[in-house]
Amino acid sequence: MNSEKEWLYEISPKRKFIDLNFKEIWDYRDLLILFVKRDIVTVYKQTILGPLWYFIQPLFTSVIFTLVFNNIANIPTGNVPPFLFNLAGITAWNYFNQSLTKTSNTFTANAGIFGKVYFPRAIMPLKTVISGLFKFGIQLSILIVFYFYFLLQGYDLQPNTNLLLFPVYVLMMALLGLGAGMTISAFTTKYRDLTVMVGFATSLLMYISAVPYPLSEVSEKIPSLAWLVNYNPLAQIIEGFRYMILDTGIFNWSGFFYTLAFSIILFLVGLIVFNRTEKNFIDTV
Amino acid sequence: MSIILKAQNISKQYRLGKVGTGTLGDDLKRFWYSIQGKEDPFLKVGAVNNRNSIANEDYVWALRDINFEVKQGEVLGIIGKNGAGKSTLLKLLSRVTSPTTGSIKTKGRIASLLEIGTGFHPELTGRENIFMNGAVLGMKRSEIKSKINEIIAFSGCEKYIDTPVKRYSSGMRVRLGFAVAAHLEPEILVVDEVLAVGDAEFQKKAIGKMQDLSTGEGRTVLFVSHNMASVQSLCTRGIVLENGMSVFEGDIDNTINFYLSNDKQIIPKDLSLIENRSGNGIVKFDSFHIEHSNGEIVENVLSGDTVVFSFEIDVKNLTNKSQVDLGFSIHTPQDELISVLYNSYQNVSLPVNSNGKHKVQCAISNLGLNEGEYIVKGRIECDKMESDWPKVPIGKFNVVKGDFYGTGNLGFNGKSKFLIQGKWDLKN
Repeated sequence: MNSEKEWLYEISPKRKFIDLNFKEIWDYRDLLILFVKRDIVTVYKQTILGPLWYFIQPLFTSVIFTLVFNNIANIPTGNVPPFLFNLAGITAWNYFNQSLTKTSNTFTANAGIFGKVYFPRAIMPLKTVISGLFKFGIQLSILIVFYFYFLLQGYDLQPNTNLLLFPVYVLMMALLGLGAGMTISAFTTKYRDLTVMVGFATSLLMYISAVPYPLSEVSEKIPSLAWLVNYNPLAQIIEGFRYMILDTGIFNWSGFFYTLAFSIILFLVGLIVFNRTEKNFIDTV
Repeated sequence: MSIILKAQNISKQYRLGKVGTGTLGDDLKRFWYSIQGKEDPFLKVGAVNNRNSIANEDYVWALRDINFEVKQGEVLGIIGKNGAGKSTLLKLLSRVTSPTTGSIKTKGRIASLLEIGTGFHPELTGRENIFMNGAVLGMKRSEIKSKINEIIAFSGCEKYIDTPVKRYSSGMRVRLGFAVAAHLEPEILVVDEVLAVGDAEFQKKAIGKMQDLSTGEGRTVLFVSHNMASVQSLCTRGIVLENGMSVFEGDIDNTINFYLSNDKQIIPKDLSLIENRSGNGIVKFDSFHIEHSNGEIVENVLSGDTVVFSFEIDVKNLTNKSQVDLGFSIHTPQDELISVLYNSYQNVSLPVNSNGKHKVQCAISNLGLNEGEYIVKGRIECDKMESDWPKVPIGKFNVVKGDFYGTGNLGFNGKSKFLIQGKWDLKN
């Protein structure tokens, strides 16, 4: 009586292996914007220092890193002041770290709302990554403040033309965070062990991501384990990030494209796994 | 009218017991079967969804082979006991989870009011939350903007609209949530018991709004409720779910009748056959009937009549003379208790001194019950010890409108439970 074409959509058990609906996410863009706004506005309501908290964490971490890695362990940072070197690394790392940890509990943290209404579930990790950009922007601004401070102190600091790649680097961090986060979130619905793992895994990951030391240090001091850092896309991103604003470290295009490809593939894997989970997760969460 | 929603063979399987741990083995087995292109091995098993029996299997079918169609503008009531699968069905319809087998096809957007106020953030103001909640339910920003004044007015929270929602009372939150949901414009609206919240004035407003949606604007509504009165006033057609299966489908009056009659047990004439009972068994109910004052056994009585509740009791193993305290209660078919009476309440003693059958009668004059069906339950105490308590009804009777006031005036035409009369006086 009715031709199949007339149906708007069909609710059925998922059969297709890859079933991504980007149009639907676009249809819900207003929701995405509202969620991002809500995140930004509500985080520091009823705190005295408000967004100042965004400054405090990276500054203190940089001070500690400078004391431990540069003053005690004597890791050289070239002609860049160690504090600035660490601050740059931490700023970039923070954005990735936040994207990963916050998206990795998407399903468990939002079980309440997901259990009641339908909207494309991918909105949740996306809004986390986008509202994270706001925090990243603020932290970037203190990096710039210190950059000029050290410039006035007489240090020879020069960004190089790679700065044009800045948006690509941010995108790669977002994709990596999203990809890993969404994959983990899909598995945490059944196996809660992963939530425990994420916490310490990220802090260990930081040490093989060249945050408190330059890439060159590793190949020089422990060449046998250098692959661990060299093939880590995050180490490539953080080194590349420092390279473009402080002109320190190494950069090569093969590493850049390797990282870009890695990010995109991880993101797609994450999205597929996430999509496969979203339909039935409420039964297992 | 055209069909807007079509559910075909939908089933939903759940795993019993500990979900989340110990499933790795099953998951691997499923994965192994799917690589080989075989059917999921666990779909073959599964017990029927029945709360009362102990399941021997690890999987249960919360819904099994449900088929229905909904036409545009129809208000479909979905009724059934707790655990019959109503909420599971709504969850499938609102796309919160997907069916294990089968499919639901729709020609319109489905919005659900599974719980109103979803997505409210306590730190945001009422106005900001209207936008938030509206977007969660699938509205566009521009849509909300054009309706914001209407929504605020409907909620009745104008004064507090720029105050954070955390300062709202729970009633205000509900009002605000329903106001947003009521202004959604989906082709199909799924509503689950939202009318149970809010004060009487708001409930009336909410029911009125839902009626407007269906009759006025031709919107399709799927309504789930235990409240037969609101189902009857809102719905045009109904489905009865039982143990995860659809057992009846038809127009709303027949559906409600089926549901109510289905719920009743058959009452045996010989009450000694009832197995589900407690007590020491010295005195037991043997039979029950209702008599007219002239001794005629009846099932239908008139309000205002004198009605005799007649119980035959069986006394066994009596050692010495005992005091029997017999009580009975009157309930609606929905098992709502209307009244309880024991002879001891009236300081009447019923001494029994021999084994065998005895008859206890209680005449109630000027019966103040309004028309309808009633069921009777009973309990006997013997020397302050529980002697017999059947857990199921022991009888039923039907009340027809009668001359309660003794004036020939049958009184109020609408629905009420009790009839009362009093002495009137005008003092100047």
